[in-house]
Amino acid sequence: MREYELIVIGGGPAGLAAALSAWEGGLRDILILERDSALGGILNQCVHNGFGLHRFKEELTGPEYAGRFIDMLSGTGVEVKTDSMVLSISPEKQVEYVNPTDGCQVACAKAVVLAMGCRERTRGAISVPGARCSGIFTAGAAQRFINIEGQMVGRRVVILGSGDIGLIMARRMTLEGAEVLACVELMPYSSGLNRNIVQCLEDFGIPLYLSHTVTNIIGKNRLEKVVVSAVDERRQPIPGTERTFLCDTLLLSVGLLPENELTRAMGAEIDPRTNGAVVWENMETSVPGVFACGNVLQVHDLVDFVSGESGRAGVAAADYVRRGPAPAGRTLKLENGSAVTYAVPQRIRMEMVGDGVQVFFRVNRVFGKSAVTVKSGEKQIARFQRDHMAPGEMERILLPGKLLALAERDTLTVSAEEVEA
Amino acid sequence: MKELVCIVCPNGCRLRAYEEDGCRVEGNACPRGEEYGKNELLYPVRVLTGTVRLHGGAIARCPVKTVGPIPKEKLLEAARALCGVDVQAPVHTGDVVLADVCGTGVDVAATRTIL
Repeated sequence: MREYELIVIGGGPAGLAAALSAWEGGLRDILILERDSALGGILNQCVHNGFGLHRFKEELTGPEYAGRFIDMLSGTGVEVKTDSMVLSISPEKQVEYVNPTDGCQVACAKAVVLAMGCRERTRGAISVPGARCSGIFTAGAAQRFINIEGQMVGRRVVILGSGDIGLIMARRMTLEGAEVLACVELMPYSSGLNRNIVQCLEDFGIPLYLSHTVTNIIGKNRLEKVVVSAVDERRQPIPGTERTFLCDTLLLSVGLLPENELTRAMGAEIDPRTNGAVVWENMETSVPGVFACGNVLQVHDLVDFVSGESGRAGVAAADYVRRGPAPAGRTLKLENGSAVTYAVPQRIRMEMVGDGVQVFFRVNRVFGKSAVTVKSGEKQIARFQRDHMAPGEMERILLPGKLLALAERDTLTVSAEEVEA
Repeated sequence: MKELVCIVCPNGCRLRAYEEDGCRVEGNACPRGEEYGKNELLYPVRVLTGTVRLHGGAIARCPVKTVGPIPKEKLLEAARALCGVDVQAPVHTGDVVLADVCGTGVDVAATRTIL
């Protein structure tokens, strides 16, 4: 059995950044396993721009952003196997994969980075009633058909969900000659970025219906119409508010789910808040030597932060291979305070903190002038000001080691609260 | 006064652009926001991204973008112009696939290397 220092599962932005950092961290025997026929992951179908403003200080398209990392990787000795589907990973880090050239293989590694990304929630996940006709796509599937396969998916389109992929597809379909009749959002706010509401909807006069949802789907073979209703504050449809859109296509942009079948099967602990692995401060899962990063860990808004997180996972994997397991010692657990839906990492080993720990979290509603507090019991150890926070925008704070050392209890609570302007 | 959401970066600053005083902008977190606010009032521009037909490659479409911003009102016309473009693999990031799209003086270039 071939033995590697590090095997990275997935060759999208997370896997690329992790492999590159591990190489820079001194590992020389690294394998990336990618199930698609090329590296780059979902970035390859994200032909729009807006990527890389943090990382490269310029505005790149998805393929360009991926291309930067693929170019950097080609200058290293990292081995890449494409068309390779990983079937299982054992806690002893034996990786079973299959591809058309090697057949079914098992390779083992001293460390593994999980970078499988996420997939879209489908119609089944949100239980939209109505006919089972054709013409209903997830936004990402439509994006792949149009931008990679060169197949137009429809002419008259309604989009359910105002996540970024849905907004991007509203513009994309319009530019390709389709008529986008409406973007329908269940919540009273969009979960997409403001800039996408402006440049994908407003630029093309596409109406956004907030606090609305699709309540019926009608069509014999192909979709013929959808019924949209307003919802009340408990998100229940309000009778009498129905309106009908004649359309042949419904795109669903209703959320993303980290793809953690391999992680679960391996026995790694999963956080029900993120549907991703529970990780330590260095992105290590509950299985020693197995790290997780990118959208398989927590669904990000910006690829730049995926690269950053994955870079840290790559460095940590290299440290694990070269120096062995992290030292035991005092640990802290991060918990949700008011208005916070999750925080990553979930656990912190004080021995490993160094300069500090970056903590990512989301809030459950829109905030204006506000503060993020981190408490240990009743004692506040850190406070951060914010002008604006929203569920669609991941928040990031840096907790310096000095402040973490002030924690009196073994749990830290992250909370958000309004402050007087 | 016009209220705008800055689209230069994902921060999405809320801008207030005043036409008086030679176009004054408030609410921007960086100088690019000020420039965006002014442009949006006087001369709105966008970068167009899309795909063109690709022959002889592993995939059917080659992703492209205008190498600079073009006037916003030309977006749909420029997008239609991309329908008439055919590219032969291999293509490299930065290769110009259509010069001076719709008389804007801006070229359209490939954004992915496909061998």
